Amino acid sequence: MLARTPPDAMPVAARTHVRDRLVVEGLSVSYRGVPALIDVTWSAPATGLTAIVGPNGAGKSTLIKAILGLVPSTGRITVGGRPFDEARDITAYVPQRASVDWDFPATALDVVLQGMVRETGWFRAYGKARRDRALSLLDRVGLADLSGRQIGQMSGGQQQRVFLARGLARDARILFLDEPLAGVDAASERIILDVFDALERDGRLVICVHHDLGTVAERFRDVLVLNKKVIAAGPTGEAFTPQVLARAYGVPLAV
Amino acid sequence: MAEFWTVDFVPLTAASLAALACALVGNLLILTRRAMAADALSHSVVPGVVVAVALTGLTGSVVVLAGGLVAAFAASGLVAFLTRVGRVEPGAALGIVFTSFFAFGILMLEWTGLSHTGFDIHHVVTGYLEGLIWVTGDGGENLSLFQKLATLPQVVTELALVLVLVSAILFAFRKELALLAFDPVFARATGLPVGLLEAALLTATALACTAAFKSVGVVLAVAMIVCPPATARLLTTRLSQQFALSAVIALGSVLVGYVAAVAGPGLFGSPLALNAAGTIGATAGLALVAAAALRARA
Repeated sequence: MLARTPPDAMPVAARTHVRDRLVVEGLSVSYRGVPALIDVTWSAPATGLTAIVGPNGAGKSTLIKAILGLVPSTGRITVGGRPFDEARDITAYVPQRASVDWDFPATALDVVLQGMVRETGWFRAYGKARRDRALSLLDRVGLADLSGRQIGQMSGGQQQRVFLARGLARDARILFLDEPLAGVDAASERIILDVFDALERDGRLVICVHHDLGTVAERFRDVLVLNKKVIAAGPTGEAFTPQVLARAYGVPLAV
Repeated sequence: MAEFWTVDFVPLTAASLAALACALVGNLLILTRRAMAADALSHSVVPGVVVAVALTGLTGSVVVLAGGLVAAFAASGLVAFLTRVGRVEPGAALGIVFTSFFAFGILMLEWTGLSHTGFDIHHVVTGYLEGLIWVTGDGGENLSLFQKLATLPQVVTELALVLVLVSAILFAFRKELALLAFDPVFARATGLPVGLLEAALLTATALACTAAFKSVGVVLAVAMIVCPPATARLLTTRLSQQFALSAVIALGSVLVGYVAAVAGPGLFGSPLALNAAGTIGATAGLALVAAAALRARA
């Protein structure tokens, strides 16, 4: 059911730009004068699974949105030295599930196709080939038989998988996910984590806002600990320590 | 039958074209919970049209539509300014802009003297369907069909043009506008020019509102933007079906409402006719209530 994309089917973009690192320099964001992020400098790993953790209001989602240019910010965001905007086509964003109206008249297939809106180009219909690809992406997240279902008629975990499939449709080298595991059932979580592993094996970079500190070490190779400023960043074994968490959360925490 | 071509054909055609244009754009506005913005916009185009006509001394379609477009962009720019810079609550910002634009439009109507030339306040609100007579619709046997069509009132060609433009904008950007309505944040993250798409939708809405208010009045424009799409929304879970259904409901409301206006009072022994824009709007409203009741029982 979760057939992996064979390596030779891997898009050229995913193989040739492995050294195009995502770098954030001196990024600051404030909402109406209240600072949300202060002078964030972070060099993302080239590939693999990275968690962004930190207390509520630490600016985790804001960091992703600022990188994607969805909120105004100051500072520099580059991919391989070029401005982020020039690399936008190799990125994908999977927003929080609660950010949209699920009563919208659309099927799971319709939503996955949205991820192909740019590659399809202006004025054209998505076409049969892209529909087939969208169906295989739904199959990859275990929703092949729900492709025609209205999205409001799905469980939270299924909705999250539809959003993931839409992100995968971008065929991106860098994926940004905002709390993809929040409030999903165990089956959905298993499927999403399997997709993450496949993405990691494909040499892609997956950056996840993550809330569950207990599962960071086992699931993510790298971590960015944030509380408006960068508290620590690096491989989970080095950067995800009780001392770091105590600084980020302001209270001692057992990991 | 002869009377139909002279008296009823043009009002029915004009109302149908206006209803279709309004209902089609209404679909996207309903989905983004911007029905109130459409209401505001339909009133805000009035001063633009009045000023454009007064300045140029022309009442041609291009002048009227351009005036409406400018006013629509000015109004939505002002709403954006008030909410972002002035930090006025969005609902209040809409209310302020819409009432002041409409009031300014009425002032301009009186001040420019246009209100004495068939462009009066009454017509702005409830339209002037009954006044759309096709003089050669009946008779004129010595004229060819083409010559007869050329004598159709200007509003018919104007509304047809607007319907074509609105449909073209909505069809050309169907993928992008659907995504923008569902998830504007993802649309931006994916690299779509969201500002341009918003402008395209605003243009379509302003065109529909401007053309509609001149012939069928502001009341009917608002009713047609809101009611048929909202009704269709209750009856289907597919976007394409919602568009198609809203068009059918809009046309049905026009037909039923018009017949009710013309023949309804006769049933009660009255020789008068009702205002067709009013009955069409009321029919669309009743259709919405019926659909809501159907869904509540299901």
